[in-house]
Amino acid sequence: MHEFWLIPIFPLIGFLVTGFGFRLIPRQYSGLIASLAVLVSFVFSIIAFVSLKNGNQPISITLFDWIQAGNLSLGFSFHIDQLTSLMLLVVTGVGFLIHVYSIGYMHEDAGVNRFFSYMNLFMFSMLLLVMAGNFVVMFIGWEGVGLCSYLLIGFWFKDHANNNAAKKAFIMNRIGDLGFLLGMFLIFRTFGSLEFTTVFEKAKSFSSGDPTLLAITILLFIGATGKSAQIPLFTWLPDAMAGPTPVSALIHAATMVTAGVYMVARCNILFILSPVTMQIIAWTGLVTALMAAMIAMMQNDIKKVLAYSTISQLGYMFLALGVGSFTGAMFHLTTHAFFKALLFLGAGSVIHALGGEQDIRKMGGLSGKLRTTFITFLIATLAIAGIPPLSGFFSKDEILMEVYKSNPVMWAFALAGALLTTFYMFRLLFLVFPGKFRGTQKQEEHMHESPAVMTVPLLILAVLAAIGGFMGIPALFGGSHNLGSFLKPVLGSVQTNGTELSTGIEWMLIIITLLFTASSILLAWWIYSKKKVIPIADGVELPALKSLLSRKFYVDEIYDFLFVKPFSWLSDVFHRFIEVKGIDAVVNGIGNLVIRTGNTLRLIQTGNTGFYMFVMVIGIILILLLNLLI
Amino acid sequence: MILLVILLIALLTSALSFMSQEGFRAKWIAFSGSILVFILSVYITINNCECHTTFDRALAGNFGAHFSIGMDGLSNLLILLTTFLTPLIILSAFNRTYRRPHVFYGLIMMMEMALIGVFSARDGLMFYIFWELALIPIYFICGLWGSTDKIRITFKFFVYTLLGSLFMLIALISLYLATPTPHSFSFEALYAVRMSPHMETLVFAAFFVAFAIKIPIFPFHTWQPDTYTTAPYQGSMLLAGIMLKMGIYGILRFIIPLCPNALAEWGWLAVLLSVTGIIYASVIAIRQDNLKRMIAYASIAHVGLIAAGAFVLNAEGIRGATIQMISHGINVVGLFAMIEMIQVRFKTRKISELGGIAGQAPVMATFFMIMILATVALPLTNGFVGEFLLLLGIFEYMPWVAGVAGLTIVFTAVYLLWMNQRVMFGKPKLILPDFNDLTTREILILSPLVIMILWIGIYPATFLNIAEPALLGLIH
Repeated sequence: MHEFWLIPIFPLIGFLVTGFGFRLIPRQYSGLIASLAVLVSFVFSIIAFVSLKNGNQPISITLFDWIQAGNLSLGFSFHIDQLTSLMLLVVTGVGFLIHVYSIGYMHEDAGVNRFFSYMNLFMFSMLLLVMAGNFVVMFIGWEGVGLCSYLLIGFWFKDHANNNAAKKAFIMNRIGDLGFLLGMFLIFRTFGSLEFTTVFEKAKSFSSGDPTLLAITILLFIGATGKSAQIPLFTWLPDAMAGPTPVSALIHAATMVTAGVYMVARCNILFILSPVTMQIIAWTGLVTALMAAMIAMMQNDIKKVLAYSTISQLGYMFLALGVGSFTGAMFHLTTHAFFKALLFLGAGSVIHALGGEQDIRKMGGLSGKLRTTFITFLIATLAIAGIPPLSGFFSKDEILMEVYKSNPVMWAFALAGALLTTFYMFRLLFLVFPGKFRGTQKQEEHMHESPAVMTVPLLILAVLAAIGGFMGIPALFGGSHNLGSFLKPVLGSVQTNGTELSTGIEWMLIIITLLFTASSILLAWWIYSKKKVIPIADGVELPALKSLLSRKFYVDEIYDFLFVKPFSWLSDVFHRFIEVKGIDAVVNGIGNLVIRTGNTLRLIQTGNTGFYMFVMVIGIILILLLNLLI
Repeated sequence: MILLVILLIALLTSALSFMSQEGFRAKWIAFSGSILVFILSVYITINNCECHTTFDRALAGNFGAHFSIGMDGLSNLLILLTTFLTPLIILSAFNRTYRRPHVFYGLIMMMEMALIGVFSARDGLMFYIFWELALIPIYFICGLWGSTDKIRITFKFFVYTLLGSLFMLIALISLYLATPTPHSFSFEALYAVRMSPHMETLVFAAFFVAFAIKIPIFPFHTWQPDTYTTAPYQGSMLLAGIMLKMGIYGILRFIIPLCPNALAEWGWLAVLLSVTGIIYASVIAIRQDNLKRMIAYASIAHVGLIAAGAFVLNAEGIRGATIQMISHGINVVGLFAMIEMIQVRFKTRKISELGGIAGQAPVMATFFMIMILATVALPLTNGFVGEFLLLLGIFEYMPWVAGVAGLTIVFTAVYLLWMNQRVMFGKPKLILPDFNDLTTREILILSPLVIMILWIGIYPATFLNIAEPALLGLIH
């Protein structure tokens, strides 16, 4: 099957049709066309998956030569192996469900055609990123998804808050992209190629700790921190919630933000050979996971809570990568795509029902009228909290095990983060669904369950979030980790450096985790359901620690102080002083000097013959005198 | 012969426009002439044969100067750029009511003739003559149809660039005198000159100053923002889109083949100035309120990158510089054309007075976004191909310099996206009763540019292959 190159082409066609046929296509059909395009890609992805599952070789396709000159040969090439096919299924599968959901969510919006054309353009870019056979094609997709993210965050462009969020996302991503770009140049210089197969084959002959590989992997990781919202480039993701909620589900939870994880997994050989980078990744992931989880506890916007949760979960994936558990990271990426997409879509359903309300302090008691939304949201919450046998349990458990093997101190921190996760998720759940409604009368009358076009995707995702973990049941529970063995040809060369744990310790760790999780749920229940504590209104003075968390550790303010303000100031200084009063003044000064000299010399040209005669005589005398003297 | 015919048609069209004495006739004469020139230049690109392009006659006086034209791949791309952009620039003026339009269009065609002459000259003296000839029409275009303070600004521009050209003339004459007798100005003879290291450094310095002023490279740039801002839009497009490429072309045509040793010794200084210009101009661009002035500073930054890539003296850098000359020409003309469309409607080009255009004019907002994305060098647009190769070339020269120069991809996004947001998004600040989205004529101007943006972005091989043999010749 060499038709797999068509997978990204279908959404591209969808983009062109919905984007440029806007006067010909009635608004109600654009969603159908866009969804259909993704569905066809999904079908092709299944075929690719089955083909690889049956033991067929990975497929490399070169469509055409992009740049072919001298020793530089860059093809527009795709490479479809097991890792690709997993990503293809996640991206097109979850993507399709979110497209269908969007038909209902966006049906009243005037810009629905524009919305779906951007969504399809996003799918095209994301599929390029995933299917890339070399770093350049990956970079094309990488920046393409950034653009679509920009366009969709600022979808409602009449409000500058959205536009600012969009711009911030694009610029922060661009900073990361510069790292990626420089990493790519260094790869080219080191390996003489940018094709994945060639580079990874040649990398095998490098020794562990090689300084060039260290530089390459750090540069690539900078790229990953931008795209996957890790410290220090994470502050754009919460702001990105300004976009329509399906966008948050698709781009800012399930797919685009995981691109950094995918990229590191793709380049696993380079990273394995750079233990220092692996340490940096592990600690960055862990600190991000903890920091974001702490902030999430103090947020009152339903989407902001989920956004910080996403940052935190991405942190776990990087932690897994950093300790060498590439399979664990990809496993968690997959289950996270299910339950986080579900959480966002559920939040969208709530927002939809309440006519745009996002403040959880003004919700409560929604479980009665929003039955399906509530049940699916509950399943997703249990999954992210890691309650067995839901999907999050298996993937998170795998990461915690691997971390414990590598470093028990890290494990303790990671466990603490998991407890925070459970706490803020149940805080959210208890504030939104049980109890009494705290919104306005009008909202209560208007409140309704979403139409089937939105709830059916919720139900499908709920099933996936529930059973998704079974693809990776570890030996401890009598499973054989199907996902792990499927990905082995790509990630299999990876050797984790820790020793194998005994069954007893494994059981102990699981029981500890579950006990803590249960108590965390109880605590949330006790505060927000039993005692009915409602987070205090904005503007009320908070204790120092709470204030620190609710203001998100003041990172935005610090960046503003360190970068935005100085640049603005520098711009003025450059312009007013160096440019106008410096360089240009010198240029004008030289010009004026010439004019003034000319003016002065002109005075000699009096037009008086007598004066000329006089000067001539003086001259002759001078020449004669000089002759005598020499 | 066809290349000569192209030059003559441009000259003839210019003369006919001057004589037509009437605006309507003049613009159609100029437009048809420029289209004809474009078709012929495409023809000689496809049927690439020296028989179509080479023409050589000794000039009177028999002192070794020839009227000699020809076209290698590098010249070919730049000639195509010129002949592709000129009809669009003429079309962009169709609805403007300029005083003495026949003179205006005549000057544009004269400019086209001179530019094609510069890019096709195969003789040092011819090159110099066309180089200076190009200055005359643009001087009048800016001086007669410009806006505020046009006389002072245009005069400064004229004197500054003329001064630079004198350095070039000195360099050319000293090379000419160094050729074996009988002396010759032909490129082959000039390339064959063996210079002492001392002389090579001086020749390099003279060429550098001339080209640095033309491009312009920091700190020789201060004529540029004023001139771009004051000039009529067609003048800005001619200057930024095509004329500044003369400087980069000069680097590739003269400095690289003639002064490789001086470049090896002093190249770091040229790269340093170019890269400084990238950062310096980008930072200034962030706070500009006048759209044209912002694009002027952006242009300094972007051509700084092109110059840096040309000076690092490796294949990637030179390829990048070549393709980016074309891309920058297309993108900057697109931006200036669209700013003019905005100004014609709203009677202002101040960012602070504009806003919310996207809500009223979605087609305009879409085209504007594409132009911006191409300038921001998004992959699959033309800007990315050039910047990728340029930064790769600079990286091979010195990695950390590429890190600094690479900041352009962040800075450009900062000021252009912010500008786009304030101009296109938000709530409309000015609501015009008779507002219309892009007209058919405007779409006709912008569509060819967008097609080229995507063509070069998706399949740059078409254009890189045209230039490749010539570029390989330059390096050796």
